[in-house]
Amino acid sequence: MDRQHEYVLRTVEERGVRFIRLWFTDVLGFLKSFAITPAELEGALEEGMSFDGSAIEGYTRVQEADMLARPDPNTFEIVPWRGDDTPVARMFCDIHHLSGEVFDGDPRSVLKRNLERAHEKGYSFFCSPDMEFFYFKSADRPEPLDNAGFFDLTPNDITNDLRRQTIVTLESLGIPVEYSFHENGPSQHEIDLRYTDALSMADNVMTFRLVVKEVAQDLGVYATFMPKPIAGAFGSGMHTHLSLFEGDVNAFHDPGDEAGLSKVGKHFIAGLLHHAREITAVTNQWVNSYKRLIDGYEAPVHVCWGRNNRSALVRVPHTKRGKESSTRIEYRAPDPAANPYLAFSVMLAAGLKGVEEGYDLPPEATNNIFDMTSDQRSAAGLQVLPRSLEEAVEVMEHSELVADALGEHVFEYFIRAKRAEWDAYRTYVTPFETDRYLGTL
Amino acid sequence: MNGSILVFPDPPAPLLAQTLDLGGHTWKAVENASVAANTEPREGWSAAIISADDDAEAAFNLARSLRRRESQPVPVLLLISGAQLAELEMREDLFDDFCFTPFHPQELEARLRHLFYRAGRGTRPELVEYGDLALNLETYQAGIAGKPLDLTYMEYELLKFFVTHPGKVFTREQLLSRVWGYEYYGGARTVDVHVRRLRAKLGEEQANLIQTVRSVGYRFGQPRWSPGSAATPTD
Repeated sequence: MDRQHEYVLRTVEERGVRFIRLWFTDVLGFLKSFAITPAELEGALEEGMSFDGSAIEGYTRVQEADMLARPDPNTFEIVPWRGDDTPVARMFCDIHHLSGEVFDGDPRSVLKRNLERAHEKGYSFFCSPDMEFFYFKSADRPEPLDNAGFFDLTPNDITNDLRRQTIVTLESLGIPVEYSFHENGPSQHEIDLRYTDALSMADNVMTFRLVVKEVAQDLGVYATFMPKPIAGAFGSGMHTHLSLFEGDVNAFHDPGDEAGLSKVGKHFIAGLLHHAREITAVTNQWVNSYKRLIDGYEAPVHVCWGRNNRSALVRVPHTKRGKESSTRIEYRAPDPAANPYLAFSVMLAAGLKGVEEGYDLPPEATNNIFDMTSDQRSAAGLQVLPRSLEEAVEVMEHSELVADALGEHVFEYFIRAKRAEWDAYRTYVTPFETDRYLGTL
Repeated sequence: MNGSILVFPDPPAPLLAQTLDLGGHTWKAVENASVAANTEPREGWSAAIISADDDAEAAFNLARSLRRRESQPVPVLLLISGAQLAELEMREDLFDDFCFTPFHPQELEARLRHLFYRAGRGTRPELVEYGDLALNLETYQAGIAGKPLDLTYMEYELLKFFVTHPGKVFTREQLLSRVWGYEYYGGARTVDVHVRRLRAKLGEEQANLIQTVRSVGYRFGQPRWSPGSAATPTD
């Protein structure tokens, strides 16, 4: 038997694990799960578990419903929030057809395919996202727990317990945390995850969202990754730090360059900028995502890059002397409600395209760009990110790059689902309208 | 391994300290019998290594006091120089085995293992321990101070490698080839990622067991015999 399988089976036996939850993700990034008992585990590891795929958003039509979930023993973890009495474990799964072929609609396999492509060119892809989110008193309305600001040390109240408990839980699941602090918005928080390879990180993001919500629920509050829950306050982003390694060498680093960036690094940024509008529907996939991508809240609006400007779409953070291997770029558009498997896939594909085609990096955006009005910037030839989900889907639909990165199955489903979402929104009469028009018209 | 070993004198010869640390043993050096009695762990000393090199009289006194105890006998390994051989006469009852100094580390380790074997300890070869950390190679379980530590398979394999090779510095490439065993997808960054995950799971107190050696790689455990630092082991 495979040693990893043996390890998992043995641990389940020794720790008295009662249920093993098999996790996977639908196309829109919702975590799906079903539980099996230890008795079924060996078979699940060897052959996979069949389940009804037609119940999952974006998977299959009814006539070809049955699918196989094949657990990845690498991701076996005991979940810490169920208590020690009846330990529960989880594994992420890859989804296959009953015939054994990889299922194209599985976001995890989409990312694996993109990583494989990068690997064929000699690159491995690493990410580190900054996860922002809000705590509210409940899911009913966005009522903050506090009114503290950026980096504020809030009094020893519930938010400190929340963050501490969240971080302890994450670390026990093998998800190391870099920083955590109070963000700009009321009741807004940020936890930065230490970089890993992109596949582990996408798994980590899925786990992270669950942990944050579980811990909040345990302490009687509600956590949300909604990109812009409060108009007029800062939104929640998922700024993602990206780097490529060629073997053990950071492919983005060149000590001789003014910005410390290699040719590969520059082409990668150029690729991201060139295809930014096409990938936005994936990195910012909800109607609400576009309420965040507006001027004035440090969210990117224009397609440009800069070394230290937090309104730029791509930022190149300074690397400390002696820490050259940490050279990375930060893509600031994504929000934490994206499907991380697909978001990492399209970011990688866009950057790699730039490297392959040798795109030229446009000049760095200087600060006065951000002092200009929106119209002045457009006049200066700066492209603007899509302003709505409708526009983003429109642009994506014509993108060969995105179709290629996601594969036909996911690409088509995604566009259909997002069109439907936009239509539902378009035909909805919003409070904005009733507030503004009912009394005056 | 196997609880704490009593070592005399304090500080012990650097080579002895190094050999014990590399073997993954927990140990405590003492100056005399009363310190030994006061610092004895609740489960008793697992063995005593008494060097007669410097002060033979004190060494035999300590051995005698251990023999006189009413509690569980402590197996005693005596370290003596060849010139002291005659002094063993009529003192056979004070020790279980002896080893000439300067000793060869592998010989000392072998004698210690045999001592444990005869004393009925150390007969659990599946158990690897380092301080509070224990790994059961048969059941694949790890724990800190008796509390289970939940690891993924690769985290467990990496920790196992570290615990069985304490005090030595390994490059990322060495770890990759010896733990992963093949050119792994992520390259040597994979090692960094797993070390970070392990440190996170070990918790704040134990996280520094795995140390980053700048521009080289990683080392598990602290080399207490390193030049410049006095060999004064403390528990």
